[in-house]
Amino acid sequence: MSSENKLLEIRDLAIQYVAENEVVRAVNHVNLTMNKGETLGLVGETGAGKTTIAKSIMRILPDPPAKVSAGEIYLEGKDVLKLSEKEMRRIRGKKVSMIFQDPMTALNPIYTVGEQIAEVVQLHEKVNKKKAARQAMEMLEMVGIPAARYHDYPHQFSGGMKQRVIIAIALACNPELLLADEPTTALDVTIQAQVLDMINQLKKELGTSVILITHDLGIVAEVCDRVAVVYAGEIVEAGWCEDIFDHASHPYTEGLFNSIPDIDGDVERLNPIQGLPPNPSDLPQGCKFHPRCSYVSECCRTGHVPYQEISPGHFVRCHLQHKEGK
Amino acid sequence: MAGILEVQNLKKYFKTSAGVLHAVDGVSFTIEKGKTLGVVGESGCGKSTLGRTVLHLLDSTDGKIFFQGEDITVVDKKKLRGLRENMQIIFQDPFSSLNPRMSVSTAIQEPLILAGRFSKTEIAELTGRLMDTVGLAERLWNSYPHELDGGRRQRIGIARALALNPQFIVCDEPVSALDVSIQAQILNLMQDLQAQRQLTYIFITHDLSVVRHISDDICVMYMGQLVEKSPAKELFRHPLHPYTKALLSAIPVPNIRRKRQRIILKGEVTSPVNPSPGCRFAKRCSYAAEVCAKPQELKEITSGHYLACGRYEEIND
Repeated sequence: MSSENKLLEIRDLAIQYVAENEVVRAVNHVNLTMNKGETLGLVGETGAGKTTIAKSIMRILPDPPAKVSAGEIYLEGKDVLKLSEKEMRRIRGKKVSMIFQDPMTALNPIYTVGEQIAEVVQLHEKVNKKKAARQAMEMLEMVGIPAARYHDYPHQFSGGMKQRVIIAIALACNPELLLADEPTTALDVTIQAQVLDMINQLKKELGTSVILITHDLGIVAEVCDRVAVVYAGEIVEAGWCEDIFDHASHPYTEGLFNSIPDIDGDVERLNPIQGLPPNPSDLPQGCKFHPRCSYVSECCRTGHVPYQEISPGHFVRCHLQHKEGK
Repeated sequence: MAGILEVQNLKKYFKTSAGVLHAVDGVSFTIEKGKTLGVVGESGCGKSTLGRTVLHLLDSTDGKIFFQGEDITVVDKKKLRGLRENMQIIFQDPFSSLNPRMSVSTAIQEPLILAGRFSKTEIAELTGRLMDTVGLAERLWNSYPHELDGGRRQRIGIARALALNPQFIVCDEPVSALDVSIQAQILNLMQDLQAQRQLTYIFITHDLSVVRHISDDICVMYMGQLVEKSPAKELFRHPLHPYTKALLSAIPVPNIRRKRQRIILKGEVTSPVNPSPGCRFAKRCSYAAEVCAKPQELKEITSGHYLACGRYEEIND
């Protein structure tokens, strides 16, 4: 893999939320690399640390309480964690932008949607107001909203349309990397289909790399090239879509698949993962999944679990990979 | 055979400043004892209003609701209260449907106390048994909702609904707010309870894979009306209505081998305010023709499979 092609590299990232009397270990030594033009799905349940990882790339974690306690985040070879706030402002919205989950609250209700798109353009590109407005209108058209609606306010749009506006804002300066945090979770399925379709289309047209955060493996299957499964702030399995969907190797990944009712099959009873996700301020020793794992053995309860490559590009954090016939 | 619940031409209209909103408009169905009727549709299609109107939590505008042969739209308040013991609801959001100042046991006891026929010791005993039934550990007796995760909170909601041993429960998106692994646990619990107690469910959801998993029959709702009703597996195998087809094709399937042709619908759902008499889906439907301007009735196409579409023969050729 040539280093030129590498867009993002996260090395050994650890993030904690420090409260008065407890430390919440939200992200625990995450390693991730991503190439240009790729779409990576970050999958996991509520509280797994997916959003924290994404926000740390943008450096928009509130400090306090969030503290990056270790690691580096290289964006095109530069460690964003070492940049000054001024340099960072030039990156946000220009090189990296982010779409948030809830389109209902992400827009400013007192500005027209057009103004909100033009604002980003004006901040990052040396253009006058008029030109920025024209670019904003082009963006609206690109996400399938008539340019004539430039002067409308957010409340005049439906949820799906608002999410399109937010995508238009995020893509206005043609960023290298788009962080999409559950972009369709608040939308209905038919609208979700429209938005996913659009993201796929824009990816092709603009060549944007995307990190898609979701809990829905169906969306991953449709949009992503690679997947990383996050559990308790760790990546427990990562690989190409084929690796994860055809050869899920971590018991947690397997459990996730078993928890989804199969739309084609005749499963009468689901086979869910037992128990609950661990409390991130009191994580278990050893493998963080071991209290819920049905394959647990003595070696899982203590010590460090190695993150190993079991086939090219397919990484798993599980002791069982040593053993025959899991 | 008449079912435990029969709904005939049920209507619920709301007056709004823009006009009359036809939230539920002429819905009819029957459920047999021990079965699950799934109701699917997108937000704003009237599925929750339907669930609440069926329980008479909202007064219906028109139509009849027969519960165990009795029309509950005309019974007096006192009798309704008795009937309520048999008809319960589980709400979507276990974060806002529980009183934050009530402990787990107090919340579960509430319906037992209100019933007025149990002694204190009976209530304590029943509460313990209910907690056990829904899988809440006894140590949580004095815990408060904020201390619990979504799955456990939803178990409290289920325990409350079960307290007076009802026969029929409306489940309004009971697992939508939960993570998949917890969702699967709750779905299994609900299926077990149904088998043990011969419960009848109306299961309202927007999640199509969940509804297929849990339902015997499924109704597809669009802007206040049923557009298709069919046994669950039949609906997924042979969807007939253009809306159902689009809806099913839009589900992201966790399988990378299965690339399907998606039907992308244009536009969005609007509210049925002063709707025209024709098919409400016509505006977004690629098959729309003149016949669609006429009212569409739900007709039986094959055994048990009902459809409201004037053009189904041409479409499903």
